[in-house]
Amino acid sequence: MRELYEQLKRLFPLGEYTEQRRDLAFVTVPKDHLRPLLIHLRDRERFSHLVLLTAVDWLEEGHFQLTYLMNDRAGKRDLGLRVLIPRDGAAMEGIHDLWPTAATYQRELREMFGIDFPGSPRVNEEFILEGWTGMPPYRRDFDTKKFSEENFNHRPGRATTDPATHMKEKLYPDEA
Amino acid sequence: MQFDWMKIPYALLTLFIVINFGYLLNSFIAKIAARVGRRRGIPIWQTYIDVAKNYGLRTSITHGVMFYLGPVFRLSGGVGLLLFVPSIYGSYMFSNLSFAGDLILALYFVFFGTLGMALGAAESGHPYSAIGITRGLSQVTAAELPFALAVFSVALQYQTLSVTDIVAAQQGGILHWTLFTNPLAVVAAMLSLLGSMMRPPFDVVLAPQEIPIGPPTEYHSSYLALMQTNRALFPIAKLVIYMNLFFGGATDWPTFFLKVFLIYMWSVFVGVSFPRFRVDQSIRWFLIWAVPIGILSIVLV
Amino acid sequence: MKDELKKRLVKGPDGVEFEVDPLRDYYCDARPQVEPPAVSKIVEDFFNWARAESLWILGFATGCGAIEMRPLMTPRFDAYRFGVQWRPTPRQSNLFIISGYLSTKTLKRVIRSYEQMQSPKYVMGLGSCTINGGMYWDSYNTIKRLDDYLPVDVYVAGCMPRPESLLAGFEELKRIIREGKGEGANKYAAEFDRYKANQKQVIHDWDMPDYNW
Repeated sequence: MRELYEQLKRLFPLGEYTEQRRDLAFVTVPKDHLRPLLIHLRDRERFSHLVLLTAVDWLEEGHFQLTYLMNDRAGKRDLGLRVLIPRDGAAMEGIHDLWPTAATYQRELREMFGIDFPGSPRVNEEFILEGWTGMPPYRRDFDTKKFSEENFNHRPGRATTDPATHMKEKLYPDEA
Repeated sequence: MQFDWMKIPYALLTLFIVINFGYLLNSFIAKIAARVGRRRGIPIWQTYIDVAKNYGLRTSITHGVMFYLGPVFRLSGGVGLLLFVPSIYGSYMFSNLSFAGDLILALYFVFFGTLGMALGAAESGHPYSAIGITRGLSQVTAAELPFALAVFSVALQYQTLSVTDIVAAQQGGILHWTLFTNPLAVVAAMLSLLGSMMRPPFDVVLAPQEIPIGPPTEYHSSYLALMQTNRALFPIAKLVIYMNLFFGGATDWPTFFLKVFLIYMWSVFVGVSFPRFRVDQSIRWFLIWAVPIGILSIVLV
Repeated sequence: MKDELKKRLVKGPDGVEFEVDPLRDYYCDARPQVEPPAVSKIVEDFFNWARAESLWILGFATGCGAIEMRPLMTPRFDAYRFGVQWRPTPRQSNLFIISGYLSTKTLKRVIRSYEQMQSPKYVMGLGSCTINGGMYWDSYNTIKRLDDYLPVDVYVAGCMPRPESLLAGFEELKRIIREGKGEGANKYAAEFDRYKANQKQVIHDWDMPDYNW
């Protein structure tokens, strides 16, 4: 994977490189160079399969990380491309014209993270949630516990214990 | 001709006996199928409980007159089939309302129930009922074809259209049965029986997951109970015809029960051994295997 | 609201235009009625016994608990010997098993299916999620108390309950029905407004009639 990274680095301004396994690595890519890099990987390097497109919310740093995971079926290796986009007014160029399946991922990201993909088919339609009006629920500043307490009736009498101390008290009452 | 009014209560008695026999037989067959799958199976009286429960439901909704008539047609198909065919040969009490041309009438009644269902289900408003009915009707048609051929063959053989006469001709020993005098017709009819008993491999029309449960999707409460009664009655009524035409009829009730049970076991045996056919497969199967045998039997006669 | 549910003009095959309001035309939205039991006590007892011995379950799985229902059909547990069987259509079934977590999206379908079942009908909450939310107690899209939305007869606790506990639940439900206490459908009809208010509180895009059968 390292050789591939060195090769690509000569063509594109790539960022940080992380090798997870011998057949799995991640590379940070500037937003504008994503599309040429994807086309290059697909047409020249046999990474023909888009495994997934997902997002990570880096709340403290103030950006979303989009992860495009590509698979080289013949070479049995995966390459993930990380793209950082600002959290405010998050929007990204869609890749549904390269892989039609990406449209579904983009629809999901639009609904769950609020990342817009202008021009992606049916991107503004409901994907999983029905009648959702609040903040996209996968954003980390969405307080799911608070939302649940406000919106649903809870049954009283629910107790929470810390598993470690609870087990200790139950199993080894002398040491507690 | 003087009509004998005493025949009506006697015919109702036959109906009563046969319905109860049908309930028990259905549970028993379900139990056999369960035992084949190494399960304990339902209690033998489960069908009675189910029917009682369905009659006992407090609400039922209707989708119009035809929706009512569906199960009624179906049940009258079964009742009619039973009543116009002698169940016990030579018995005044249980020869029912048979008359000279009853064979043709019986053929008609076999089909009547499914047509009634078609009318009822079409009224139910279930979006897929039309598909379910089409599949059901086409399969029943394909399955009835060999049976009709076999019946004509038998009618030609004995030169009569009266079931009583056909039974009479088969008396006097097992070798006089149509089974031995006209084996091809019997084979064609037995293959057809597999299709019309609504057991695997030909029960995809009624299969729960197919076009959700097929035609009866919308039926519930007492409608469903009526249809369950018919499910008990109709196979027996049909088997009575088979018994009369091909297996020498029955002269007393024990023979009747035994023969009906054994003929039923034939379809059960095939049913638990083989997986389901799709509708197109089963139609093709009937047309390729059963129909030529039926034609052959007519030609040979 | 979805496009196909909006009021619209339709041109018939004979060229006549007419207005279609799917919510009013395709469904019947009459309120449910409280159905009195049979007049005679003996008859009602007999029917209750028959209802208890012939539980027909709606084959609708909401969550992971559905995987615990499958073994009941197999030789090892064989629920059929208790008169339990699975029906594919709500019209013919009497028992609705809410198997596990219930998201608000599924709740909508559950309500529609429940209302299509014929009374008397019973609801069983399977697993902790139906009791107090279980491990999804702080989730943004699952309900926490099933009995706010549907009248529940029996809860089976556990995460997940083993098939044996489900069988025990059936036996408990049978006892309740035999005693004549399985009146969930009537309770639903009597407290219809409360149940509807609760349901509408969590289902934000209510695009169906208030009661559909």
